[in-house]
Formats: sequence, C-alpha cells, structure tokens
Amino acid sequence: MSRQYETVIGLEVHVELATRTKIFCGCSTEFGGAPNTHTCPVCTGMPGSLPVLNKQVVEYALAVGLATNCRINQYCKFDRKNYFYPDNPQNYQISQLYLPICHDGWVEIETLAGRKKVGIHEIHMEEDAGKLIHDEWDDCTLVDYNRSGVPLIEIVSEPDMRSADEVIAYLEKLRLIIQYLGASDCKLQEGSMRADVNLSVREAGAGEFGTRTEMKNINSFKAIARAIEGERKRQIEVLEEGKKVIQETRRWDDNKESSRAMRSKEDAQDYRYFPDPDLTPVVISDQWIQEIRDRQPELRTEKMVRYQEEFQIPQYDAEILTDSKHMADIFEATVELCKKPKEVSNWLMVEAMRLLKEHGQDPEDIAFSPEHLARLIQMVDSGVINRTVAKTVFEEIFAHNVDPDAYVEEKGLKVVNDEGTLRKTIEEIVAANPQSVEDYHNGKEKAMGFLVGQTMRAMKGKADPAMVNKIVKEFLIKEK
Amino acid sequence: MANVISDETIEYVGILAKLELSKEEKEEAKKDMGRMLDYIDMLNELDTSGVEPMSHVFAMNNVFREDVVTNGDDRDNMLKNAPECKDGAYKVPKTVE
Repeated sequence: MSRQYETVIGLEVHVELATRTKIFCGCSTEFGGAPNTHTCPVCTGMPGSLPVLNKQVVEYALAVGLATNCRINQYCKFDRKNYFYPDNPQNYQISQLYLPICHDGWVEIETLAGRKKVGIHEIHMEEDAGKLIHDEWDDCTLVDYNRSGVPLIEIVSEPDMRSADEVIAYLEKLRLIIQYLGASDCKLQEGSMRADVNLSVREAGAGEFGTRTEMKNINSFKAIARAIEGERKRQIEVLEEGKKVIQETRRWDDNKESSRAMRSKEDAQDYRYFPDPDLTPVVISDQWIQEIRDRQPELRTEKMVRYQEEFQIPQYDAEILTDSKHMADIFEATVELCKKPKEVSNWLMVEAMRLLKEHGQDPEDIAFSPEHLARLIQMVDSGVINRTVAKTVFEEIFAHNVDPDAYVEEKGLKVVNDEGTLRKTIEEIVAANPQSVEDYHNGKEKAMGFLVGQTMRAMKGKADPAMVNKIVKEFLIKEK
Repeated sequence: MANVISDETIEYVGILAKLELSKEEKEEAKKDMGRMLDYIDMLNELDTSGVEPMSHVFAMNNVFREDVVTNGDDRDNMLKNAPECKDGAYKVPKTVE
C-alpha cells in the first residue's frame, strides 16, 4: 500500500436505563420475564392508548448529560420516527430529533497515544423495540414486546476517534460514568449498552471526511475492535481498487469476522419524523438542573484521587478498584467494617482478581458480602488463622459467600498456638532430616526453609509461620 | 390546483405507507394530496416572522409519571388482539433471511 489512510470513527451508543418501569407506561422493565408478560396497550401500540413520560428517565438523562459536560435543552420534546417492522408495534418509535435533551458535551479519554477530548454531539431519550425470535419449526417470527418501551438514551459522539483503542477508551469512559451514576449497568453482552460504529477512511491530511458506513450488532469490546479493523481494511481495499465506498448499514458477524451490507430495503431511510402530539414538551428549570447536580454521586476520577489520599492506596491499585463501581462499593463497605484499606485492597487486587480471571468473570460478578471479607481480615490480624489458610477460606467466601467463622470452625483451621505440640513436631522433623540440618550448617540457608515447609505441612498449614520459624531456628542452633 | 403531485411521488409515498394503490386510486390520491398542499400553502400568505414555532397544541408541559410498576401480567388479554400467536408470543411472517 503506497498511500497512508486515516480512520475516522463516531459512535452511537444506546444505553438501557435502570428504571423500574418503561418510559411511557407502568410495565416492569425486569429482564427475563416470560414473553409478553410485561406489556400493556401503551407498549404494544394499541390505538387510543396514551403514553405518559417516566420522570426518572429525564433525571437519568440529565445526570448523564451533566456528567459528560453537555449543555441542556431546557425546552425539549419528543418526535415520532416512522418505520414498519414487527418489533415496533406502533409503527413509529418515540424518540427525539429536533430538541434532544442534551447536546455539545465531551469526555476525556486516555490511550497510549495520549489524552484527548471526544465530543458528544447529543444525547436523546427514546424507547427500545421488542424482540424478534425466529421459529425454525413453523418458519415464522415470534414477537416478544417485554422490551418494547424500555427507556434508552442514545449518546451520539462527534467523529473524533481515530483508532479502535480510542473507541474502547471512550466506551469504557461512558460505561464508568453511567455505572457510577447508577443510570444503567451497561453490560454489552446483555445488551444494556450497545454501540453502532460509524466509520470512514480518508487519505492522511485530507480535509474532508470519506463516505462512512454504519455497523450494527456488535456486543463486546473485542468484537468492536475486530469490526473496526475489518471495516477499515475493507474500505481501504475498495478505495485502492479505485472504487467508491457506498454509504450503507452493515452487519458485523463476529464469527465470520466480516461484515455484510444489510438489505437495501432496510436501508430506505425516510423516517418522516414529526413532533409526537401525545406527549407534552419537557421544560427543565435551572432549579431542577441544580438538584440533579447536587445529587450527583462521586464519579470515578474523584474516587480514584480520594482512595490515594484517604487510604494511601497506590494509583495503579486505585485504578483497578474503581474500574468497576461494584468493586469500589465492596471495597468501601469492607473498609468501613474493618478499617484496614490496604488489606482490603490487597485481597481484592490479588486474590479476587485472580479468581475472577480463572472463572472468566467480571468484577460485576463479585457476589460475596463485605462482612465476610472484613471478618476474614480481622481473623488474620488477630492470629486466629494464618495467611495460607486465609487464602483457602477466601476462595470459599468468593465462591459460596461462606461465613469465615463458621467455616474455620467446621474445618478446624485455627492456628495451632500450642507451643508444646509445635516443638514436638519440629523435633521429629529435624530428627528425620539430618541432611538438611547439615546443609544449613554448611551455609545453605535454604535448608531451613525446607524444614519450615515440612513443619507447616505436618501441621496442615495451621501453624503460625513466625512461631515455626523461631522454633526451627532454635533447634538448628541447638543441633550445632 | 397549484400543487401537482408526480407519479413518482405518489409511488414513493405509497411504499412508505405500505399501501398498494390501483391506477384509479393513485390518480385520486394525487388530487387529494395536491389539494391538501394547496390548503397548507395558504399559511405562507401570513407573515409569521417573529412568531415562535408551536410544538404542541396544549399549553401544558411536564406531564410525568413516577417510576412505579402499575401493570401486572395481562398477557392473555393482550394476545387477544393478535391475529395469530404461539407460545405466548405474537406470530408474524418471517423477518430474517
């Protein structure tokens, strides 16, 4: 390839809001109900039904807008986006085109290429569509409207990103902000956060953007990175062949690692937007904005700084702990109970992260109670169990949320502090390993470690290592 | 009639609205649409500079509901509106290839 190309990327991110009810009716938003058990005349588009806006949706949208430095349209309203598809029972989606609730914001991202601001063009409120399930048996499609009317915000970025790294940093940033606000759990795999990628390429230094394509249906950070790489290559190939990129919507297939154009019929985009006459405008007062601002919780960056200052946690550790709101919540709750921030941080950073990795889980999946971790730390601290045993107990807490007191009692894991028993065991071990004793006296310090290890083994790990060390040393000196 | 609707326009609007019109119906629809646009054009005779565009007919705003579940499972009733259903879902012609 002789020419150099630059990739230009903008994202449309849909986020399902964590409200209890749908955006325009009192149906539950709970995930996983039997088909159509959370539906009513409003969310199935029955003639004559009237939508009424859920106030919490406006508050979440405002909270996200303020946290992403947006300007607020203090007079905003809803519009109808018209299209026919069975997942959309009204034949229009209620959305915001003309006066979206938030606009002209930005977030700062950091990648190896440095820090930069990614502009947010707008954030608007809208309703989700139903779910289509293909029925192989009858060769038909079955429609479940439980998701129809679930509130979404769509966050539209400016075309400010230039690489997959930047896209992922931007998505991570949004995820953390929104999770910290409690506005959504932002799980890509479960569809509560979904990203459409608008991508074009242009020759480096060109002033104008190339023709862009839109890719839908990408549900993991890794898939997004692969989709961006795949589409970038495809567009460059098209240009190198002297052809033109066609503006179209493409569906990324992560299994085949390629995208294909969606049917042109689906592309006929003439949505004939018009103001929804069923919904009144939303007027957002300065006072309301101030109330939302005042209620804004501590966000990730502030929390990271506070952990370093208040708990003397290194920056790297603070970053990992705050990388998930759930993890940060567990950290703080545990510290509150045991007052040992460094210990709590160590358990989470080392053992919990290791176990999560082993099980292929995310920090969001941590299910043990802070009380149990706090108690475990106290038990180590007061010498009830030693560190080796504590690791085993932690694994049980992590997997089954066991009560450490009960577990240690049941399995008989308490440290043996009975010096007589220890001395007797060590005496036997020293007697049984004359070679090690000799090695030690010949200057092989390691030999002592072997004897300590043997003792711990004989004591089934329950001895106090400091005491074992002390007694083994005594014996070795005596032997000389 | 000042506004003349072309064959292409009526064809396109028909596709968007999922309507299949006969030749006669198309001619009728062209006339109707032309007349409607003429009627709307009357508004252009007014000087509306300095008039705020109206976004809603009622002088109301901020009609909200609280985020409280009020609807239970009414699936059986809801599905009565469906021409066909299966396994608690609405049955429609196949949508995916």
